[in-house]
Amino acid sequence: MTKWLETHLPKMVLAPSFIAVLVFVYGFIAWTAWVSLTRSRLLPKYEIDGFIQYDRLFASPRWDTAMNNLFIFGALFIIIAMVMGLLLAILLDQKIRTEGVIRTIYLYPMALSMIVTGTAWKWILNPGLGIEATVKSWGFESFTFDWLVNPDFAIYTVVIAAVWQSSGFVMALFLAGLRSVDDEIIKAAQVDGIPTWRIYSAIIIPSMGPIFMSAFIVLAHLAIKSFDLVIALTGGGPGYATDLPATYMYAMAFSRGDIGQAASSAMIMMLVVFAIVVPYLYSELRAKND
Amino acid sequence: MTELAHPPAQKSGAFGKVVLRWVLYILLCLFALYYLMPLFVMVTTSLKSLEEIRTGSLVALPREVTFDAWKTAWSGACTGIQCEGLRPYFWNSVLLAVPAVAISTFIGALNGYVVAQWRFAGANIIFSLMLFGCFIPFQVVLLPMARLLGLMGIAGTIPGLIFVHVIYGIGFTTLFFRNYYVSIPSELTKAAKVDGAGFFRIFWSIFLPLSLPIIVVTVIWQFTQIWNDFLFGVSFSQAGTQPVTVALNNIVNSTTGVKEYNVDMAAAIIAAAPTLLVYIVAGKYFIRGLTAGSVKG
Repeated sequence: MTKWLETHLPKMVLAPSFIAVLVFVYGFIAWTAWVSLTRSRLLPKYEIDGFIQYDRLFASPRWDTAMNNLFIFGALFIIIAMVMGLLLAILLDQKIRTEGVIRTIYLYPMALSMIVTGTAWKWILNPGLGIEATVKSWGFESFTFDWLVNPDFAIYTVVIAAVWQSSGFVMALFLAGLRSVDDEIIKAAQVDGIPTWRIYSAIIIPSMGPIFMSAFIVLAHLAIKSFDLVIALTGGGPGYATDLPATYMYAMAFSRGDIGQAASSAMIMMLVVFAIVVPYLYSELRAKND
Repeated sequence: MTELAHPPAQKSGAFGKVVLRWVLYILLCLFALYYLMPLFVMVTTSLKSLEEIRTGSLVALPREVTFDAWKTAWSGACTGIQCEGLRPYFWNSVLLAVPAVAISTFIGALNGYVVAQWRFAGANIIFSLMLFGCFIPFQVVLLPMARLLGLMGIAGTIPGLIFVHVIYGIGFTTLFFRNYYVSIPSELTKAAKVDGAGFFRIFWSIFLPLSLPIIVVTVIWQFTQIWNDFLFGVSFSQAGTQPVTVALNNIVNSTTGVKEYNVDMAAAIIAAAPTLLVYIVAGKYFIRGLTAGSVKG
Protein backbone atom coordinates (compact mmCIF):
# COMPACT_ATOMS: atom_id res chain seq x y z
CA MET A 1 0.00 0.00 0.00
CA THR A 2 2.71 2.50 0.98
CA LYS A 3 4.71 1.31 -2.03
CA TRP A 4 1.75 2.01 -4.28
CA LEU A 5 1.32 5.41 -2.68
CA GLU A 6 4.98 6.23 -3.09
CA THR A 7 5.01 5.47 -6.82
CA HIS A 8 1.78 7.34 -7.49
CA LEU A 9 2.42 10.29 -5.23
CA PRO A 10 3.97 12.49 -7.96
CA LYS A 11 0.90 11.98 -10.14
CA MET A 12 -1.42 12.70 -7.26
CA VAL A 13 0.42 15.93 -6.48
CA LEU A 14 0.16 17.10 -10.07
CA ALA A 15 -3.41 15.90 -10.54
CA PRO A 16 -5.30 18.81 -8.91
CA SER A 17 -3.45 21.39 -11.02
CA PHE A 18 -3.96 19.31 -14.13
CA ILE A 19 -7.69 19.04 -13.47
CA ALA A 20 -7.85 22.74 -12.68
CA VAL A 21 -6.17 23.60 -16.00
CA LEU A 22 -8.42 21.18 -17.89
CA VAL A 23 -11.57 22.68 -16.39
CA PHE A 24 -10.67 26.36 -15.98
CA VAL A 25 -8.68 26.81 -19.16
CA TYR A 26 -9.79 24.24 -21.70
CA GLY A 27 -13.28 23.62 -20.34
CA PHE A 28 -13.93 27.33 -20.08
CA ILE A 29 -12.68 27.94 -23.60
CA ALA A 30 -15.08 25.24 -24.78
CA TRP A 31 -17.91 26.90 -22.83
CA THR A 32 -17.16 30.28 -24.39
CA ALA A 33 -16.91 28.71 -27.85
CA TRP A 34 -20.27 26.99 -27.34
CA VAL A 35 -22.03 30.12 -26.08
CA SER A 36 -20.58 32.10 -29.00
CA LEU A 37 -22.70 29.89 -31.26
CA THR A 38 -25.97 30.62 -29.46
CA ARG A 39 -28.43 33.49 -29.23
CA SER A 40 -27.40 34.31 -25.65
CA ARG A 41 -28.15 37.84 -24.48
CA LEU A 42 -28.35 38.72 -20.80
CA LEU A 43 -28.27 35.06 -19.76
CA PRO A 44 -26.50 32.23 -21.54
CA LYS A 45 -28.60 29.93 -23.66
CA TYR A 46 -27.30 26.61 -24.82
CA GLU A 47 -29.16 25.90 -28.09
CA ILE A 48 -26.64 26.14 -30.91
CA ASP A 49 -27.78 28.50 -33.62
CA GLY A 50 -24.87 28.77 -36.03
CA PHE A 51 -22.60 31.71 -36.55
CA ILE A 52 -25.13 34.45 -35.92
CA GLN A 53 -23.01 36.10 -33.21
CA TYR A 54 -20.02 36.24 -35.54
CA ASP A 55 -22.20 37.74 -38.28
CA ARG A 56 -23.36 40.40 -35.84
CA LEU A 57 -19.78 40.96 -34.70
CA PHE A 58 -18.38 41.47 -38.17
CA ALA A 59 -21.29 43.72 -39.08
CA SER A 60 -20.75 45.90 -36.03
CA PRO A 61 -18.99 49.21 -36.77
CA ARG A 62 -17.78 49.31 -33.18
CA TRP A 63 -16.01 45.95 -33.56
CA ASP A 64 -14.63 47.16 -36.86
CA THR A 65 -13.12 50.16 -35.08
CA ALA A 66 -11.77 47.91 -32.34
CA MET A 67 -10.01 45.61 -34.82
CA ASN A 68 -8.64 48.55 -36.81
CA ASN A 69 -7.36 50.08 -33.60
CA LEU A 70 -5.75 46.82 -32.60
CA PHE A 71 -3.96 46.73 -35.93
CA ILE A 72 -2.78 50.37 -35.77
CA PHE A 73 -1.91 50.22 -32.08
CA GLY A 74 -0.30 46.78 -32.30
CA ALA A 75 1.86 47.60 -35.33
CA LEU A 76 3.07 50.97 -34.03
CA PHE A 77 3.56 49.72 -30.49
CA ILE A 78 5.58 46.68 -31.56
CA ILE A 79 7.72 48.54 -34.10
CA ILE A 80 8.48 51.58 -31.93
CA ALA A 81 9.13 49.53 -28.79
CA MET A 82 11.47 47.20 -30.69
CA VAL A 83 13.41 49.99 -32.39
CA MET A 84 13.72 51.93 -29.15
CA GLY A 85 14.60 48.82 -27.18
CA LEU A 86 17.32 47.87 -29.64
CA LEU A 87 18.73 51.39 -29.78
CA LEU A 88 18.84 51.67 -26.00
CA ALA A 89 20.41 48.23 -25.68
CA ILE A 90 23.17 49.15 -28.15
CA LEU A 91 23.78 52.48 -26.41
CA LEU A 92 24.00 50.74 -23.05
CA ASP A 93 26.28 48.06 -24.43
CA GLN A 94 29.19 50.55 -24.83
CA LYS A 95 30.73 49.82 -21.42
CA ILE A 96 28.78 52.53 -19.63
CA ARG A 97 29.99 53.05 -16.08
CA THR A 98 26.55 53.82 -14.64
CA GLU A 99 24.80 51.05 -16.56
CA GLY A 100 23.07 49.61 -13.48
CA VAL A 101 21.44 52.91 -12.54
CA ILE A 102 20.40 53.72 -16.10
CA ARG A 103 18.94 50.26 -16.62
CA THR A 104 16.94 50.61 -13.42
CA ILE A 105 15.52 53.93 -14.64
CA TYR A 106 14.62 52.56 -18.09
CA LEU A 107 12.85 49.54 -16.67
CA TYR A 108 10.86 50.85 -13.73
CA PRO A 109 7.65 51.56 -15.73
CA MET A 110 7.35 47.80 -16.19
CA ALA A 111 6.71 47.47 -12.45
CA LEU A 112 3.74 49.83 -12.62
CA SER A 113 0.14 48.91 -13.14
CA MET A 114 -1.23 49.92 -16.54
CA ILE A 115 -3.88 51.82 -14.62
CA VAL A 116 -1.17 53.95 -12.99
CA THR A 117 0.53 54.50 -16.36
CA GLY A 118 -2.78 55.46 -17.94
CA THR A 119 -3.62 57.85 -15.11
CA ALA A 120 -0.23 59.57 -15.37
CA TRP A 121 -0.36 59.99 -19.15
CA LYS A 122 -3.98 61.07 -19.08
CA TRP A 123 -2.88 63.98 -16.90
CA ILE A 124 0.23 64.78 -18.96
CA LEU A 125 -1.62 64.66 -22.28
CA ASN A 126 -4.77 66.50 -21.25
CA PRO A 127 -4.91 69.62 -23.44
CA GLY A 128 -6.26 71.97 -20.76
CA LEU A 129 -3.40 71.75 -18.27
CA GLY A 130 -0.88 69.26 -19.65
CA ILE A 131 1.83 69.46 -22.31
CA GLU A 132 -0.26 71.65 -24.62
CA ALA A 133 -0.86 74.28 -21.93
CA THR A 134 2.77 74.14 -20.84
CA VAL A 135 4.16 74.72 -24.33
CA LYS A 136 1.61 77.52 -24.83
CA SER A 137 2.78 79.14 -21.61
CA TRP A 138 6.30 79.18 -23.06
CA GLY A 139 5.01 81.58 -25.72
CA PHE A 140 4.01 79.19 -28.52
CA GLU A 141 0.40 80.35 -28.51
CA SER A 142 -0.68 78.38 -31.56
CA PHE A 143 0.68 75.04 -30.30
CA THR A 144 -1.97 72.36 -30.14
CA PHE A 145 -1.61 68.81 -28.89
CA ASP A 146 -5.11 67.51 -28.31
CA TRP A 147 -4.69 63.87 -29.37
CA LEU A 148 -6.25 62.61 -26.17
CA VAL A 149 -9.62 64.16 -27.00
CA ASN A 150 -9.36 63.97 -30.78
CA PRO A 151 -11.15 60.86 -32.09
CA ASP A 152 -8.77 60.60 -35.07
CA PHE A 153 -5.62 60.66 -32.97
CA ALA A 154 -6.61 59.31 -29.55
CA ILE A 155 -5.36 55.80 -30.39
CA TYR A 156 -1.84 57.22 -30.79
CA THR A 157 -1.86 58.39 -27.19
CA VAL A 158 -2.35 54.75 -26.21
CA VAL A 159 0.75 53.96 -28.29
CA ILE A 160 2.73 56.70 -26.51
CA ALA A 161 1.86 55.40 -23.05
CA ALA A 162 2.32 51.74 -23.97
CA VAL A 163 5.75 52.37 -25.51
CA TRP A 164 6.79 54.29 -22.41
CA GLN A 165 5.78 51.37 -20.26
CA SER A 166 7.29 48.49 -22.24
CA SER A 167 10.29 49.74 -24.22
CA GLY A 168 12.66 49.43 -21.24
CA PHE A 169 11.74 45.80 -20.99
CA VAL A 170 12.51 45.22 -24.67
CA MET A 171 15.84 46.94 -23.99
CA ALA A 172 16.57 44.42 -21.23
CA LEU A 173 15.74 41.52 -23.55
CA PHE A 174 17.98 42.86 -26.32
CA LEU A 175 20.79 43.72 -23.92
CA ALA A 176 20.84 40.13 -22.73
CA GLY A 177 20.89 39.07 -26.39
CA LEU A 178 23.78 41.38 -27.29
CA ARG A 179 25.78 40.04 -24.38
CA SER A 180 25.23 36.44 -25.42
CA VAL A 181 26.96 36.89 -28.79
CA ASP A 182 30.31 35.12 -28.92
CA ASP A 183 33.04 37.51 -27.78
CA GLU A 184 35.71 35.90 -29.96
CA ILE A 185 33.92 36.79 -33.19
CA ILE A 186 33.53 40.41 -32.10
CA LYS A 187 37.18 40.66 -31.08
CA ALA A 188 38.29 39.15 -34.36
CA ALA A 189 36.20 41.71 -36.26
CA GLN A 190 37.66 44.54 -34.18
CA VAL A 191 41.18 43.33 -34.91
CA ASP A 192 40.31 43.35 -38.61
CA GLY A 193 39.41 47.04 -38.22
CA ILE A 194 35.74 46.66 -39.00
CA PRO A 195 33.86 49.75 -37.72
CA THR A 196 31.58 49.29 -34.75
CA TRP A 197 28.36 50.01 -36.60
CA ARG A 198 29.25 47.31 -39.14
CA ILE A 199 29.95 44.85 -36.36
CA TYR A 200 26.46 45.50 -35.01
CA SER A 201 24.60 45.51 -38.31
CA ALA A 202 26.43 42.60 -39.93
CA ILE A 203 27.44 40.33 -37.08
CA ILE A 204 25.64 40.91 -33.79
CA ILE A 205 22.08 41.82 -34.81
CA PRO A 206 21.68 39.05 -37.43
CA SER A 207 22.61 36.49 -34.78
CA MET A 208 19.86 37.70 -32.47
CA GLY A 209 16.94 36.29 -34.45
CA PRO A 210 15.46 34.31 -31.57
CA ILE A 211 15.52 37.38 -29.30
CA PHE A 212 13.67 39.42 -31.91
CA MET A 213 11.18 36.62 -32.14
CA SER A 214 10.50 36.44 -28.42
CA ALA A 215 10.35 40.24 -28.09
CA PHE A 216 7.81 40.26 -30.90
CA ILE A 217 5.73 37.54 -29.26
CA VAL A 218 5.72 39.28 -25.89
CA LEU A 219 4.78 42.65 -27.40
CA ALA A 220 2.09 41.21 -29.66
CA HIS A 221 0.67 39.37 -26.69
CA LEU A 222 0.66 42.58 -24.64
CA ALA A 223 -1.00 44.47 -27.49
CA ILE A 224 -3.83 41.99 -27.95
CA LYS A 225 -4.49 41.80 -24.23
CA SER A 226 -4.34 45.60 -23.77
CA PHE A 227 -7.31 46.56 -21.70
CA ASP A 228 -6.42 48.43 -18.53
CA LEU A 229 -4.30 51.03 -20.31
CA VAL A 230 -7.14 52.03 -22.61
CA ILE A 231 -9.65 52.04 -19.77
CA ALA A 232 -7.45 54.33 -17.66
CA LEU A 233 -6.20 56.58 -20.45
CA THR A 234 -9.21 57.17 -22.69
CA GLY A 235 -11.97 54.92 -21.37
CA GLY A 236 -12.27 53.71 -24.97
CA GLY A 237 -13.27 57.22 -26.06
CA PRO A 238 -13.87 59.77 -27.37
CA GLY A 239 -17.05 57.87 -28.26
CA TYR A 240 -15.56 54.48 -28.97
CA ALA A 241 -12.64 55.80 -30.99
CA THR A 242 -10.03 53.91 -28.94
CA ASP A 243 -11.94 50.70 -28.37
CA LEU A 244 -9.85 47.56 -28.61
CA PRO A 245 -11.19 44.00 -28.82
CA ALA A 246 -10.57 43.59 -25.07
CA THR A 247 -12.63 46.65 -24.16
CA TYR A 248 -15.34 45.65 -26.63
CA MET A 249 -15.55 42.22 -25.03
CA TYR A 250 -15.73 43.74 -21.55
CA ALA A 251 -18.43 46.23 -22.52
CA MET A 252 -20.55 43.48 -24.07
CA ALA A 253 -20.09 41.14 -21.12
CA PHE A 254 -20.53 43.48 -18.20
CA SER A 255 -22.32 46.64 -19.27
CA ARG A 256 -24.34 45.78 -22.38
CA GLY A 257 -25.49 42.39 -21.16
CA ASP A 258 -24.79 40.78 -24.51
CA ILE A 259 -23.11 37.52 -23.61
CA GLY A 260 -23.25 36.16 -27.17
CA GLN A 261 -21.26 39.11 -28.49
CA ALA A 262 -18.85 38.96 -25.57
CA ALA A 263 -18.20 35.26 -26.20
CA SER A 264 -17.70 35.61 -29.94
CA SER A 265 -15.35 38.59 -29.57
CA ALA A 266 -13.35 36.69 -26.93
CA MET A 267 -13.05 33.75 -29.33
CA ILE A 268 -11.71 36.04 -32.07
CA MET A 269 -9.18 37.47 -29.63
CA MET A 270 -8.03 33.98 -28.79
CA LEU A 271 -7.72 33.05 -32.45
CA VAL A 272 -5.54 36.11 -33.06
CA VAL A 273 -3.29 35.18 -30.12
CA PHE A 274 -3.06 31.61 -31.33
CA ALA A 275 -2.26 32.67 -34.87
CA ILE A 276 0.81 34.41 -33.44
CA VAL A 277 1.81 32.11 -30.61
CA VAL A 278 1.21 28.64 -32.04
CA PRO A 279 3.75 28.84 -34.90
CA TYR A 280 6.25 30.19 -32.40
CA LEU A 281 5.68 27.44 -29.84
CA TYR A 282 5.72 24.86 -32.60
CA SER A 283 9.09 26.00 -33.94
CA GLU A 284 10.47 26.23 -30.39
CA LEU A 285 9.43 22.67 -29.63
CA ARG A 286 10.83 21.40 -32.91
CA ALA A 287 14.12 23.17 -32.30
CA LYS A 288 14.29 21.53 -28.88
CA ASN A 289 13.58 18.05 -30.19
CA ASP A 290 16.11 18.22 -32.98
CA MET B 1 52.25 61.53 -20.92
CA THR B 2 50.78 58.93 -23.23
CA GLU B 3 49.36 61.70 -25.40
CA LEU B 4 52.84 62.85 -26.29
CA ALA B 5 53.69 59.39 -27.50
CA HIS B 6 50.83 59.37 -30.01
CA PRO B 7 51.25 60.68 -33.54
CA PRO B 8 48.88 63.58 -34.47
CA ALA B 9 46.58 61.47 -36.65
CA GLN B 10 45.67 59.21 -33.77
CA LYS B 11 45.17 62.24 -31.57
CA SER B 12 42.27 63.50 -33.66
CA GLY B 13 40.84 59.97 -33.56
CA ALA B 14 40.98 60.09 -29.78
CA PHE B 15 39.26 63.47 -29.86
CA GLY B 16 36.50 62.00 -32.01
CA LYS B 17 36.11 59.22 -29.51
CA VAL B 18 35.68 61.69 -26.66
CA VAL B 19 33.00 63.54 -28.60
CA LEU B 20 31.25 60.30 -29.41
CA ARG B 21 31.38 59.34 -25.76
CA TRP B 22 29.74 62.65 -24.80
CA VAL B 23 27.01 62.20 -27.39
CA LEU B 24 26.42 58.72 -26.01
CA TYR B 25 26.05 59.93 -22.43
CA ILE B 26 23.82 62.84 -23.45
CA LEU B 27 21.55 60.45 -25.37
CA LEU B 28 21.37 58.08 -22.42
CA CYS B 29 20.52 60.96 -20.09
CA LEU B 30 17.80 62.24 -22.42
CA PHE B 31 16.19 58.82 -22.45
CA ALA B 32 16.47 58.65 -18.67
CA LEU B 33 14.65 61.99 -18.49
CA TYR B 34 11.97 60.64 -20.80
CA TYR B 35 11.33 57.67 -18.53
CA LEU B 36 11.48 59.73 -15.36
CA MET B 37 9.34 62.64 -16.58
CA PRO B 38 5.92 61.09 -15.86
CA LEU B 39 7.01 60.06 -12.36
CA PHE B 40 8.37 63.56 -11.75
CA VAL B 41 5.13 65.14 -12.97
CA MET B 42 3.08 62.78 -10.80
CA VAL B 43 5.05 63.57 -7.66
CA THR B 44 5.13 67.34 -8.18
CA THR B 45 1.44 67.50 -9.15
CA SER B 46 0.49 65.53 -6.04
CA LEU B 47 2.28 68.10 -3.86
CA LYS B 48 0.60 71.16 -5.40
CA SER B 49 -2.67 72.81 -4.49
CA LEU B 50 -5.44 72.79 -7.12
CA GLU B 51 -5.04 76.56 -7.43
CA GLU B 52 -1.36 76.20 -8.29
CA ILE B 53 -2.09 73.42 -10.77
CA ARG B 54 -4.52 75.66 -12.66
CA THR B 55 -2.21 78.64 -12.79
CA GLY B 56 1.23 77.03 -12.92
CA SER B 57 3.10 74.88 -15.37
CA LEU B 58 3.02 71.08 -15.62
CA VAL B 59 6.76 70.74 -15.22
CA ALA B 60 7.31 73.38 -12.52
CA LEU B 61 8.23 72.42 -8.99
CA PRO B 62 5.53 73.19 -6.41
CA ARG B 63 5.80 76.72 -5.01
CA GLU B 64 4.18 75.58 -1.80
CA VAL B 65 4.38 71.91 -0.87
CA THR B 66 1.15 70.55 0.57
CA PHE B 67 0.27 66.98 1.52
CA ASP B 68 -3.48 67.61 1.48
CA ALA B 69 -3.92 65.68 -1.77
CA TRP B 70 -2.18 62.67 -0.25
CA LYS B 71 -4.47 62.79 2.77
CA THR B 72 -7.54 62.99 0.53
CA ALA B 73 -6.27 60.21 -1.75
CA TRP B 74 -5.64 57.90 1.18
CA SER B 75 -8.79 58.47 3.20
CA GLY B 76 -11.23 60.90 1.57
CA ALA B 77 -11.40 60.63 -2.20
CA CYS B 78 -14.63 59.41 -3.78
CA THR B 79 -14.86 56.17 -5.74
CA GLY B 80 -18.38 56.66 -6.97
CA ILE B 81 -20.76 57.24 -4.05
CA GLN B 82 -18.37 56.24 -1.28
CA CYS B 83 -15.72 58.69 -0.16
CA GLU B 84 -13.25 56.71 1.91
CA GLY B 85 -10.17 57.18 -0.24
CA LEU B 86 -7.90 54.37 -1.36
CA ARG B 87 -7.23 52.97 2.11
CA PRO B 88 -9.86 50.19 2.26
CA TYR B 89 -9.03 49.10 -1.30
CA PHE B 90 -5.33 49.13 -0.62
CA TRP B 91 -5.94 46.64 2.19
CA ASN B 92 -8.21 44.62 -0.10
CA SER B 93 -5.27 44.27 -2.46
CA VAL B 94 -2.99 43.21 0.39
CA LEU B 95 -5.53 40.66 1.65
CA LEU B 96 -5.88 39.39 -1.89
CA ALA B 97 -2.26 39.38 -3.00
CA VAL B 98 -0.62 37.79 0.05
CA PRO B 99 -2.57 34.50 0.08
CA ALA B 100 -2.80 34.31 -3.70
CA VAL B 101 0.97 34.73 -4.08
CA ALA B 102 1.74 32.25 -1.29
CA ILE B 103 -0.64 29.55 -2.54
CA SER B 104 0.27 29.82 -6.22
CA THR B 105 4.00 29.83 -5.44
CA PHE B 106 3.70 26.76 -3.23
CA ILE B 107 1.65 24.83 -5.78
CA GLY B 108 4.08 25.89 -8.52
CA ALA B 109 7.03 24.61 -6.48
CA LEU B 110 5.44 21.19 -5.98
CA ASN B 111 4.34 20.97 -9.63
CA GLY B 112 7.74 22.04 -10.91
CA TYR B 113 9.38 19.47 -8.66
CA VAL B 114 7.20 16.70 -10.08
CA VAL B 115 7.59 17.74 -13.71
CA ALA B 116 11.35 18.19 -13.48
CA GLN B 117 12.37 15.34 -11.18
CA TRP B 118 9.64 12.68 -11.10
CA ARG B 119 8.95 12.24 -14.75
CA PHE B 120 6.18 9.85 -15.57
CA ALA B 121 4.46 9.07 -18.84
CA GLY B 122 2.36 12.08 -19.78
CA ALA B 123 4.06 14.52 -17.40
CA ASN B 124 5.42 16.54 -20.29
CA ILE B 125 2.04 16.70 -22.00
CA ILE B 126 0.48 17.93 -18.78
CA PHE B 127 3.20 20.55 -18.48
CA SER B 128 2.70 21.70 -22.08
CA LEU B 129 -1.04 21.97 -21.51
CA MET B 130 -0.43 24.09 -18.42
CA LEU B 131 2.09 26.25 -20.26
CA PHE B 132 -0.32 26.83 -23.09
CA GLY B 133 -2.82 28.11 -20.56
CA CYS B 134 -0.46 31.03 -19.85
CA PHE B 135 -0.95 32.35 -23.35
CA ILE B 136 -4.71 32.57 -23.55
CA PRO B 137 -6.29 36.02 -23.42
CA PHE B 138 -8.25 35.92 -20.18
CA GLN B 139 -11.31 37.38 -21.91
CA VAL B 140 -12.03 33.87 -23.08
CA VAL B 141 -12.56 32.62 -19.50
CA LEU B 142 -14.25 35.69 -17.98
CA LEU B 143 -17.85 34.69 -18.68
CA PRO B 144 -17.77 31.11 -17.44
CA MET B 145 -15.66 32.15 -14.44
CA ALA B 146 -18.21 34.80 -13.48
CA ARG B 147 -20.92 32.13 -13.55
CA LEU B 148 -18.85 29.61 -11.64
CA LEU B 149 -17.99 32.10 -8.89
CA GLY B 150 -21.71 32.83 -8.64
CA LEU B 151 -22.53 29.12 -8.36
CA MET B 152 -19.85 28.66 -5.70
CA GLY B 153 -21.26 31.61 -3.76
CA ILE B 154 -17.98 33.54 -3.80
CA ALA B 155 -18.83 36.05 -6.56
CA GLY B 156 -17.68 39.54 -5.64
CA THR B 157 -15.63 38.36 -2.67
CA ILE B 158 -11.92 38.47 -1.97
CA PRO B 159 -11.68 34.65 -1.62
CA GLY B 160 -13.24 34.48 -5.09
CA LEU B 161 -10.51 36.73 -6.49
CA ILE B 162 -7.81 34.75 -4.68
CA PHE B 163 -9.20 31.60 -6.29
CA VAL B 164 -9.07 33.15 -9.77
CA HIS B 165 -5.51 34.44 -9.33
CA VAL B 166 -4.27 31.09 -8.02
CA ILE B 167 -5.89 29.16 -10.89
CA TYR B 168 -4.42 31.36 -13.63
CA GLY B 169 -1.12 31.84 -11.82
CA ILE B 170 -0.03 28.22 -11.47
CA GLY B 171 0.93 27.93 -15.13
CA PHE B 172 3.66 30.51 -14.66
CA THR B 173 4.77 29.43 -11.20
CA THR B 174 5.06 25.82 -12.38
CA LEU B 175 7.13 27.00 -15.35
CA PHE B 176 9.51 28.97 -13.12
CA PHE B 177 10.12 26.11 -10.71
CA ARG B 178 10.28 23.47 -13.43
CA ASN B 179 13.00 25.38 -15.30
CA TYR B 180 14.93 25.83 -12.08
CA TYR B 181 14.65 22.21 -10.89
CA VAL B 182 15.48 20.81 -14.31
CA SER B 183 19.04 22.06 -13.84
CA ILE B 184 19.45 20.12 -10.58
CA PRO B 185 21.00 16.73 -11.42
CA SER B 186 18.52 13.90 -11.09
CA GLU B 187 21.23 11.80 -9.43
CA LEU B 188 20.48 13.79 -6.29
CA THR B 189 16.90 12.53 -6.19
CA LYS B 190 18.02 9.01 -7.07
CA ALA B 191 20.62 8.92 -4.29
CA ALA B 192 18.11 10.22 -1.77
CA LYS B 193 15.62 7.56 -2.88
CA VAL B 194 18.23 4.85 -2.36
CA ASP B 195 18.74 6.22 1.13
CA GLY B 196 15.04 5.69 1.74
CA ALA B 197 13.83 9.27 1.53
CA GLY B 198 10.31 9.66 0.19
CA PHE B 199 8.77 12.14 -2.23
CA PHE B 200 7.96 14.85 0.28
CA ARG B 201 11.08 14.28 2.37
CA ILE B 202 13.27 14.94 -0.68
CA PHE B 203 11.25 18.03 -1.51
CA TRP B 204 11.41 19.50 1.99
CA SER B 205 15.00 18.71 2.87
CA ILE B 206 16.77 18.86 -0.47
CA PHE B 207 14.87 20.94 -3.00
CA LEU B 208 13.24 23.64 -0.90
CA PRO B 209 16.50 24.69 0.77
CA LEU B 210 18.04 25.09 -2.70
CA SER B 211 15.11 27.12 -3.99
CA LEU B 212 15.51 30.53 -2.39
CA PRO B 213 16.43 32.42 -5.60
CA ILE B 214 13.56 30.98 -7.62
CA ILE B 215 11.13 31.50 -4.76
CA VAL B 216 12.11 35.18 -4.70
CA VAL B 217 11.71 35.46 -8.49
CA THR B 218 8.32 33.73 -8.41
CA VAL B 219 6.98 35.67 -5.44
CA ILE B 220 7.99 38.98 -7.04
CA TRP B 221 6.50 38.00 -10.39
CA GLN B 222 3.22 36.84 -8.87
CA PHE B 223 2.98 39.81 -6.53
CA THR B 224 3.52 42.28 -9.38
CA GLN B 225 0.98 40.49 -11.57
CA ILE B 226 -1.69 40.24 -8.90
CA TRP B 227 -1.20 43.68 -7.40
CA ASN B 228 -1.30 45.32 -10.83
CA ASP B 229 -4.18 43.21 -12.15
CA PHE B 230 -7.21 45.13 -13.30
CA LEU B 231 -9.18 42.79 -15.56
CA PHE B 232 -10.02 40.16 -12.91
CA GLY B 233 -10.42 42.82 -10.27
CA VAL B 234 -12.96 44.83 -12.22
CA SER B 235 -14.80 41.75 -13.49
CA PHE B 236 -15.09 39.75 -10.26
CA SER B 237 -15.36 42.30 -7.46
CA GLN B 238 -18.16 44.48 -6.18
CA ALA B 239 -18.39 47.71 -4.19
CA GLY B 240 -16.32 47.13 -1.07
CA THR B 241 -14.13 44.28 -2.30
CA GLN B 242 -12.43 46.07 -5.17
CA PRO B 243 -8.64 45.95 -5.39
CA VAL B 244 -6.62 49.14 -5.41
CA THR B 245 -6.24 49.39 -9.21
CA VAL B 246 -10.01 49.36 -9.68
CA ALA B 247 -10.49 51.94 -6.93
CA LEU B 248 -7.81 54.16 -8.47
CA ASN B 249 -9.56 54.04 -11.82
CA ASN B 250 -12.86 54.89 -10.12
CA ILE B 251 -11.33 57.86 -8.29
CA VAL B 252 -9.80 59.22 -11.48
CA ASN B 253 -12.98 58.79 -13.48
CA SER B 254 -15.38 59.78 -10.73
CA THR B 255 -17.59 62.47 -12.19
CA THR B 256 -18.83 63.97 -8.93
CA GLY B 257 -17.36 67.30 -7.85
CA VAL B 258 -14.33 69.17 -9.10
CA LYS B 259 -11.57 67.32 -10.94
CA GLU B 260 -8.74 67.06 -8.41
CA TYR B 261 -5.66 66.20 -10.41
CA ASN B 262 -3.38 66.37 -7.39
CA VAL B 263 -5.52 63.75 -5.62
CA ASP B 264 -5.49 61.55 -8.75
CA MET B 265 -1.70 61.68 -8.88
CA ALA B 266 -1.28 60.98 -5.17
CA ALA B 267 -3.66 58.04 -5.49
CA ALA B 268 -1.75 56.72 -8.49
CA ILE B 269 1.54 56.87 -6.57
CA ILE B 270 -0.03 55.11 -3.58
CA ALA B 271 -1.36 52.35 -5.84
CA ALA B 272 2.05 52.02 -7.52
CA ALA B 273 4.13 52.19 -4.34
CA PRO B 274 4.23 48.49 -3.33
CA THR B 275 5.36 47.14 -6.70
CA LEU B 276 7.72 50.07 -7.21
CA LEU B 277 9.26 49.38 -3.82
CA VAL B 278 9.70 45.70 -4.67
CA TYR B 279 11.35 46.72 -7.93
CA ILE B 280 13.78 49.09 -6.24
CA VAL B 281 14.68 46.60 -3.51
CA ALA B 282 14.86 43.47 -5.64
CA GLY B 283 15.12 44.68 -9.24
CA LYS B 284 17.52 41.92 -10.20
CA TYR B 285 14.96 39.23 -9.38
CA PHE B 286 12.18 41.21 -10.99
CA ILE B 287 14.06 41.36 -14.29
CA ARG B 288 14.93 37.69 -14.06
CA GLY B 289 11.24 36.87 -13.71
CA LEU B 290 10.34 39.10 -16.64
CA THR B 291 12.84 37.51 -18.97
CA ALA B 292 12.05 34.00 -17.75
CA GLY B 293 8.35 34.71 -18.21
CA SER B 294 8.84 35.97 -21.73
CA VAL B 295 11.34 33.46 -23.03
CA LYS B 296 9.17 30.54 -22.12
CA GLY B 297 9.96 26.88 -22.49
